[in-house]
Formats: sequence, structure tokens, C-alpha cells
Amino acid sequence: MNRFTLPAALFVLLVIVLAIGIKHSPDKGIIASPLIGKPAPQFSLPSLTDATRTVSSTSLRGRWYLLNVWGSWCGTCREEHRMLLEARQSGLVPLIGLDWKDDDAQALSWLQQLGNPYEVVAVDREGRTAIDWGVYAAPESFLVNPQGIVVYKCMGELTRQIWEKEILPRLPKQQTAKS
Amino acid sequence: MRRSCAAGSLRRRFSSAAVLMGLLGLGGVALLAPQRAAWGVDPTQMPSAELQARYSGLTHELRCVQCQNEAIADSPAGIASDLRREVRDMLLAGKSDDDVRNFMLARYGDFVLFRPRFAMKTAWLWFAPGVLLLIGAFVSWRIVRARIALVPADNEPLEEDPSR
Repeated sequence: MNRFTLPAALFVLLVIVLAIGIKHSPDKGIIASPLIGKPAPQFSLPSLTDATRTVSSTSLRGRWYLLNVWGSWCGTCREEHRMLLEARQSGLVPLIGLDWKDDDAQALSWLQQLGNPYEVVAVDREGRTAIDWGVYAAPESFLVNPQGIVVYKCMGELTRQIWEKEILPRLPKQQTAKS
Repeated sequence: MRRSCAAGSLRRRFSSAAVLMGLLGLGGVALLAPQRAAWGVDPTQMPSAELQARYSGLTHELRCVQCQNEAIADSPAGIASDLRREVRDMLLAGKSDDDVRNFMLARYGDFVLFRPRFAMKTAWLWFAPGVLLLIGAFVSWRIVRARIALVPADNEPLEEDPSR
């Protein structure tokens, strides 16, 4: 055995380990959600636009929806807002807003100024529902199927690329063909 | 003469290094010691000393998911204070420490635990240090063995270097 064989083998092993590490962790800020493939957390919250109405997880059962966690204090939410409006226009999947630890008046004026992409907005003033969903930084979006299972989570801005590459392919064919 | 000179400068260097180290050490102590009290991130008071100890233990072993290298006990981030509130409420409701850990685990995954639990997914975390130690031991054992073979057969002392 050549005296370089062992160090070289160890070096190759190290490169493999580091390569796996880099590949599996493209962004250290993203924590994989343990919710994927599990039932969406139950919640029942007041609606932002109509205080007499409640938005609950049971009322959302039976159809696809995209839960978008946002707040008027959140800068990145403003950046993704145009994409959300486009998503609403496409009519492919209803957007359910979760207004996270926000001021109701500011949230309403945000929707008035920028347009409302949501079918309905649930208000989570205390942030407890957000914790149930494993939210840690807005914006976050969860795609939930008619059985109430979370199939995908987008951490951070919902970009066009994510919409086209991650969300649309997960929706059923007839739903995407409707446009 | 020369030799004493060299020794003197060496001593001076040592003493200045010692002073520097001492200062750094003092600074470090000054920075670290009052941290928990002075930060004052978390003013939560639990009704009993036992609950307070459990609360403090849990909030120091749960990682703030937003700031990531701080425990929720030390982080001023909004989500950290929300998570502390969950810990407090669960303890007040009579839940066990493991209930709290499992609650966090179900929502945020293994990442929230500074002390990861043992599972297939985290096995390498637990075994890697031992494996690395074994590799290191093996390599150094090989090096030492190779060096032993290099020891010269004659035990004559080395000649003095006339240029020194």
C-alpha cells in the first residue's frame, strides 16, 4: 500500500461527506417541516374582513387550499404579494391568509392598498395557530390537499418559480387544466 | 551572554503574553458571568421554585427557530417569546417536560432540540465523534509505528554543530 493511499482515501471520504452536506442543506435558514404528509393542524379563528365569521380547518376540508402566513409588518410579504394576486387570478387553488400577530387595522389597509389575494383571512393575533403550523418567520405557505394533509411547505417568498415548479405540479390535473 | 539575552527577551515575551491572556480572561469572565441576569430577555416568574427550574431548563434546551443559535430563553425574537409562553402554559397546565419537548418536536422537528434525541435520522450525530476519534487513533497509531521503525540502530549522540 502506497503511503498516500490512506490519506487520499480519507480525503475522498471527507469530500463525499461534505458534498452530501452541501447538497442537503442549500440554505441553512430553512428548517424542514415535520408537518409534510401529516394532517394540517386544527384551528378556528375570526375572519379579518368579517368579525362575525370564523375560519376553521374543518370548513376548509374537502378541497385544495394554500395557507399563506403573512403580516403587514413583514417586508418579504410585500414582495411576494404580486405573485399571490396572480395566483388568485389563475383560480387554480384558493389562498387562505393567516394574518400572524398583526394589527387588524393595518392588515386591512394593507389589503385595501395592495389588493386582496385571499378568499378569506384568519386572524391569529396571539400567534398560537402559527406555532401549531410550525411557523417561525413570515411569509410561509402550506399546500393542503382535500384530505387535509399538508403536501408542501414554502418557506419564505412564494416566487413564480416555486409556484410553477412546486405548487402547480402537486395540484390535480383537471384543476390545473381549468385555466 | 547571547544566551541570557535570548532568555531575557523570551521571558519578556512570556510575561506580556501572560498579561494579555489575563486581560482576555478577565474580559471573558466579565462578559459571561452576569449574562443571564443582565440580558433580561425573559422576566417570566413561575409560581414555584420547582416549576421555575423546569421552565428554565426547558427554555435553555429549546432552540430559537428564527435566530437558530440561541436558546429561546436568551432570544429577544418574537417567536422565541411565543414559544416561551407555550412552555410556561404547558407547565402550568401540569404537562411533563417530555410533553413540552414532543410538542415542539411535532411542530418544528429535531432542529428545536439543542440536545437531539436519538433516532435513525440523528444517529450519525451521536456516532460521528466516536468514529472520527477512532479514525484519528488509527492514523496516529500507524504514524507512531512507522516512526518507531525509523529509529536508528546506533545510539551514538549526535555531533555538536560547530557553527552554533
